[in-house]
Amino acid sequence: MQKLHITLLLLFFGAFLSAQELPKVDSLKTVEVEASRKSIRKSYTITANTAVMTSKELLKAACCNLAESFETNPSIDVNFSDALTGTKQIKMLGLTSPYLMITEENIPSVRGASQAYGLSFTPGTWVESIQITKGAGSVVNGFESISGQINTELIKPTNDIPFFLNVYGSTDSRFELNTHFNRKLSDKWSSSLFLHCNTRLSKNDMNDDGFLDNPLAKQVNIMNRYQYYNAEKGWVSFINFRYLNDEKQAGEVGFEPKRDKFTFNKWGSEINTQRFDVATKVGYVFKDMPYQSIGFQNAFTAHNQDSYFGFNRYDIRQDSFYSNLIFNSIINNTMHKFATGLNFTYDNYSEFVNLTDYSRTDNSVGGFFEYTYDNGDDFSMILGGRADYHNRLGFFATPRLHLRYNPWEKGVLRFSAGRGKRAANIFAENQQLFASSRTFDILGNGGKIYGLDPEIAWNYGVGFGQKFLLLGKNADVGVDFYRTDFQKQAIVDVMQSPQQVLFYNGKSYANSLQIEFNVEILKHFDLRTAYKYYDIGSNYLSGDFQRPLQAKHRFFANLAYATHIIEKGRQWKFDYTLNWLGPQQLPNTRTNPAVDRLPEFSPSFAVMNAQVTRTFSSTFEVYIGGENIGNYRQDRAILGNENPFGNTFDSSIVYAPVFGQMYYAGLRFKIK
Amino acid sequence: MKNIIIILLLTFGISAQAQQKSKNAKHTILVSGNCEQCKKRIEKAAFSVNGVKSADWSIETQQLSLILNEEKTSPADVKKAVAKLGHDSEETKATDLDYENLHHCCKYDRK
Repeated sequence: MQKLHITLLLLFFGAFLSAQELPKVDSLKTVEVEASRKSIRKSYTITANTAVMTSKELLKAACCNLAESFETNPSIDVNFSDALTGTKQIKMLGLTSPYLMITEENIPSVRGASQAYGLSFTPGTWVESIQITKGAGSVVNGFESISGQINTELIKPTNDIPFFLNVYGSTDSRFELNTHFNRKLSDKWSSSLFLHCNTRLSKNDMNDDGFLDNPLAKQVNIMNRYQYYNAEKGWVSFINFRYLNDEKQAGEVGFEPKRDKFTFNKWGSEINTQRFDVATKVGYVFKDMPYQSIGFQNAFTAHNQDSYFGFNRYDIRQDSFYSNLIFNSIINNTMHKFATGLNFTYDNYSEFVNLTDYSRTDNSVGGFFEYTYDNGDDFSMILGGRADYHNRLGFFATPRLHLRYNPWEKGVLRFSAGRGKRAANIFAENQQLFASSRTFDILGNGGKIYGLDPEIAWNYGVGFGQKFLLLGKNADVGVDFYRTDFQKQAIVDVMQSPQQVLFYNGKSYANSLQIEFNVEILKHFDLRTAYKYYDIGSNYLSGDFQRPLQAKHRFFANLAYATHIIEKGRQWKFDYTLNWLGPQQLPNTRTNPAVDRLPEFSPSFAVMNAQVTRTFSSTFEVYIGGENIGNYRQDRAILGNENPFGNTFDSSIVYAPVFGQMYYAGLRFKIK
Repeated sequence: MKNIIIILLLTFGISAQAQQKSKNAKHTILVSGNCEQCKKRIEKAAFSVNGVKSADWSIETQQLSLILNEEKTSPADVKKAVAKLGHDSEETKATDLDYENLHHCCKYDRK
């Protein structure tokens, strides 16, 4: 395996370095004015409820990968990483990431086998911007999105800088290295090479439960992308190659994989993932018709995860191919636009849960049409529909609607509604439950997806936003309410018994209300606050309960201050984030012996993060920060830790930080 | 026979000329205005003309960039429509009454 790494590395480097160097043509320094640009942009003239996070926002937290980049954003809740996977899961409108459409440059990226860890496979430094859309989303990329869409744009080779270096280290002994290289190969071709490595070398057990608080980890992540850009002829194209190898080891501190794997000596787990991606994109804008274009995207992915959790083995391999053809044009004039096209998806899964073979092949083909009306003033609408045929979901239609109206100046009203349908990958999405003594039981009804029927949900949302001056300062308020109605959800039931997890189709709903208030207290001194109310319930066999590990009330505040940029770009930046979480429903542990019983609800608590960045010049900066500086820790992170092979063992009930306070430092260096 | 040839030539000639009329012709005209409000008004006026496919007015340059179907309309028609809403352009001036009806922020300096 090691050999393969080196060969691949050399291949990438070789291809990259052999590209001839061209003399620099551009000697004029362009002056960039971006100091006052907002790091989260919300426009009141776009139709959907979309916020754009720029790369500046991502610099405000430790933010090592995509999963961690939402800490300063109120629309997305970042959960606490469990002791086992060390991966932070995200939620939007109270629903976990499988219910979101997560795309990378509009190609679905986190789906199927990569659902649990996929977000941690995109390093934060590669990201140019992130668009977060709440609610139904667009029909262009598929039918699966239910509660929202997250699209990540990576750094484009044409605009990239020649060299970037980021080094990071933290007190939980995680180290990261990010380097980017960029070459302009000709006046039309450019290429970027991104290299990411992270590792956690030493074992931490701050809560003395005999288990690692964070997994030991090693990740190598390489991406090489080429961009062709011909503005005259209207052609743009991207070709990406990407290779990932990720290894994690978790479990008891004394666990030695070679010695203790599949024995009763020590409990341990390893999760090894390899992934290879190739993606291509071609876009053409018609001559003399800037409003008419055609785009063709293709992506091939091979994803392979081999893992075991104590005696539970879980292996999944997914080979997929995705293809999307889009044609954009107008009807009469640019007030009436449309996008139409075709998608094709092929997924070949080989999945083994212990000795049971769940291998299968999925494919779907579909067509979409999306009409956009914008009166250029105070009203716009996106009406979309698609029809798909999927070998396990059948033939079905997916309608989506977004409306926007500006009733008066600086005010916006929005409405959205839409339907989503998906095949739940119940094992891949809930694999943290393998690290427990629970048995997995599917109460099937003869459906085609692990014996279950597809998940079908409708999502509706309304929102209002208003910008105003508060004592002469820029301020804005926003309120939005979303409801998701699952006609059929693949319910994950941990309310029945602490020794069992049940999967069955049932009814659920999710109501979420967010109230936001933001104000620029002084120049360069911003306050963001949000209160969030979640009412997410399911109809479990044992009765109606709130979704476990979901706080009903959350409060968020972020303070950001930056000094004026003085000569040579010298600047200080300060950032502070507070997250308060109310009580959370905990899984049922009533039938356990008293020592391994948890209360019905978790206590409420707050977590604080802070960061200071010192910019020495426009090319060099250092940052230090702390996460969970209040040092709040969950009482018992692992149930039954005394006897991990006993029947009360459960490491999946994580409602708060497991590791206490963590401090980190890093530097960023650029050659422009 | 001769006549037929002439007729044929004529029709070909005409259709050749018609082909020169572009369905996606780019035109730029100068239109007076001041602010975001004006931008909305000017573009709305341009879009009200059948055959105008794209209209984008810039506050800085005072230029209205158009893409239009020359078989259906011409820049002159757009100028008329814009003038009707009170905005002067080269050659075509708005009536004083239409100018007076403009929103106060849009009361550009008339030449």
